[in-house]
Amino acid sequence: MTSTTPGGSATREAAEALTGVETTARSLEEAAAEPLTGISGAQSLVRSLEAVGVDVVFGIPGGAILPAYDPLFDSHVRHVLVRHEQGAGHAATGYAQATGRVGVCMATSGPGATNLVTPLADAYMDSVPMVAITGQVPSAAIGTDAFQEADIRGITMPITKHNFLVTDPDEIPQRIAEAFHLAATGRPGPVLVDIAKDALQATTDFSWPPRLDLPGYKPTTRPHGKQVREAAALVAAARRPVLYVGGGVIKAQASAELAELAELTGAPVVTTLMARGAFPDSHPQNLGMPGMHGNVTAVTALQKADLLVALGARFDDRVTGQLSSFAPGALVVHADIDPAEIGKNRKADVPIVGDARETIAELVTALRAEREAGRTADLSAWWAQLDQWRQKYPLGYDWPEDGALSPQYVIERLGAIAGPDAIYASGVGQHQMWAAQFIKYEKPGTWLNSGGLGTMGYAVPAAMGAKYGCPDTTVWAIDGDGCFQMTNQELATCAIEGIPIKVAIINNGNLGMVRQWQTLFYEGRYSNTKLHPVDDQGRPKPVRIPDFVALAEALGCVGLRCESKDDVDAVIEKAMAIDDAPVVIDFTVGADAQVWPMVAAGASNDDILAARGIRPVFGEGQV
Amino acid sequence: MTRHTLSVLVENKSGVLARVSALFSRRGFNIESLAVGPTENPDLSRMTIVADAESQPLEQITKQLNKLVEVIKIVELDATAAVQRELLLVKVRAPMADRTQVLQTAELFRAHVVDVNTDTVTLEATGTPDKLQALLAVLAPLGIKEMAQSGTVALGRGPRSMSGAGTLRPVERTA
Repeated sequence: MTSTTPGGSATREAAEALTGVETTARSLEEAAAEPLTGISGAQSLVRSLEAVGVDVVFGIPGGAILPAYDPLFDSHVRHVLVRHEQGAGHAATGYAQATGRVGVCMATSGPGATNLVTPLADAYMDSVPMVAITGQVPSAAIGTDAFQEADIRGITMPITKHNFLVTDPDEIPQRIAEAFHLAATGRPGPVLVDIAKDALQATTDFSWPPRLDLPGYKPTTRPHGKQVREAAALVAAARRPVLYVGGGVIKAQASAELAELAELTGAPVVTTLMARGAFPDSHPQNLGMPGMHGNVTAVTALQKADLLVALGARFDDRVTGQLSSFAPGALVVHADIDPAEIGKNRKADVPIVGDARETIAELVTALRAEREAGRTADLSAWWAQLDQWRQKYPLGYDWPEDGALSPQYVIERLGAIAGPDAIYASGVGQHQMWAAQFIKYEKPGTWLNSGGLGTMGYAVPAAMGAKYGCPDTTVWAIDGDGCFQMTNQELATCAIEGIPIKVAIINNGNLGMVRQWQTLFYEGRYSNTKLHPVDDQGRPKPVRIPDFVALAEALGCVGLRCESKDDVDAVIEKAMAIDDAPVVIDFTVGADAQVWPMVAAGASNDDILAARGIRPVFGEGQV
Repeated sequence: MTRHTLSVLVENKSGVLARVSALFSRRGFNIESLAVGPTENPDLSRMTIVADAESQPLEQITKQLNKLVEVIKIVELDATAAVQRELLLVKVRAPMADRTQVLQTAELFRAHVVDVNTDTVTLEATGTPDKLQALLAVLAPLGIKEMAQSGTVALGRGPRSMSGAGTLRPVERTA
């Protein structure tokens, strides 16, 4: 098929399927690869999906995609009928992030396709392997503003890794194979295949595997040996190194290699929002999360480091804060599968382009050579400093003064009870940050969130996709009441399709993170952030709109409520015991809890506040 | 800001121009000129893009361009090591009284007369952007009725080519 080396991605398995390496579904795929003549384009599409190893498609039918749904009816590829196409897209993402396989969603033309725009942008920002298939109006009608016509290829050009418009039915197998190859290899990302209705209806022949015609696509997965040796020399000489680990390490399934590197070097590790779980939180070298709401030690370790080894991380503004004052004394080794990330925000002293797994493995080999040559640095002074910060500025929270339930406590208990084997998918906002801070992640692929795009509404459908892909794993969606109201319709899908996710709504009656910024930066003028009805004095009215317990029940789920500390463990345990239906817990929490530590947007990481008004003292003289 | 000429080989497929131009606007890069045309290989088109950028942003442009699946190869053409030409068509007011001066100017700049009538003369000129600017400056007092100018097209000097053996070194795919 192609000589391109697959790898460097969460979808190694899918890539291996493409290149003919053994997989469990092989017999089904082999059966699907039998040639067929005189079939419809729609049949060719479904056969292609079978041959490429798809087991589930999340979608909604409609006029232009309708021909594809007829052969899909007979296929072993399962289709999950969602309630909104956005749910299909995030479900595909959740499935991909939890399983490492390519997630697939399907929609009709026009509004069906445009409803996929947010999940596509989301998957693009977080490098999620995903294939979206959309119907398009018949080719003769393209460009005429036909009913339900939208130029989805044009619309999604900047938010997909690549996209195709297919008007010739003979091209369908090739485009599908190319789409999966592109999505899964190199830096993973979403690929959209838009297929005109007449191409689905026309007669064609099917053969598999098709030839891939991607002459301009040659991702570099093998790191350059010289660069790796230079990086190893820097690591061996550094007195204050930090391994700055990003989501690429999870995508490349490089956690084992990372652990080896960390233990060989003895260097501290920080895991970004996208990398939580890439390195066990229980490991003494894990300092936790850096960034705007990272902990003081992780943030400050980067600031005071003399060497950053960035592995599959992209120096996002939420990590660096003010770029000009970020890690001012550090040399930078930057390893990434995407050459365009290297030097984009921060100059790299040693750039390495390659798959994170291969790169880290080679770095370990090169470091052993440094060791054998007697070159190692003593990190004890660095660790003494780090441990002092860790002891002085641990993550923590205060209980609300008004006696309300603490949202941090709820999330902390949820993590403790559901444990490190569960998968946690969060929405975006305060609850997301608390879930990143207070749940202890031990394994990659157990923390799913929308890091780059920051998509409120991600949690419920992503949890659904993750649960579909990992049916034996407990999957919790941790959502805010604002986020939850954006996509909770997919709970009906979960209830009907037998996908028993659990949802913890951290219900503070507000758009909490925006409210926090209003408190801190807009003199407490709470413009349009109250979701709960209030009276003239701003006190909550004794009604619930919506009543999340009633809403959950209306959607076919078990609805539970918790309003006091004493009930938290019991209600979580009750939810854990229910395995035959989705469960929703409405945790009514205080509205005034805030996410700390915090580096204000655009401020320097040096100006991190450990808590409101509390500026850490770092003991400059000691490092 | 420095002017850079990028020669970009792309797959000859629909939508490629939209991807390239959208990439420039999305990433905040300015295009000075852009010319697209066929190449010796019918499957490939060549885009010659002149952009104003400092060297660090230019590296970002080429890296982002390289990420486009339909982009095959990018070479930055150094002005001294490349032939760069633009095409100019200019319709000049040329009543009988001024006509000799127009024709003499054309000759000086090795421009050709491609259309004549009683009131105007249309000239065709090729050259570097500087030469064409100079021609226009001389013609301006005579009265330019209308003009059309192409973007720059360019080829590296010497025996090497972008697509054949002994190829020009591409802008690094790696950092």
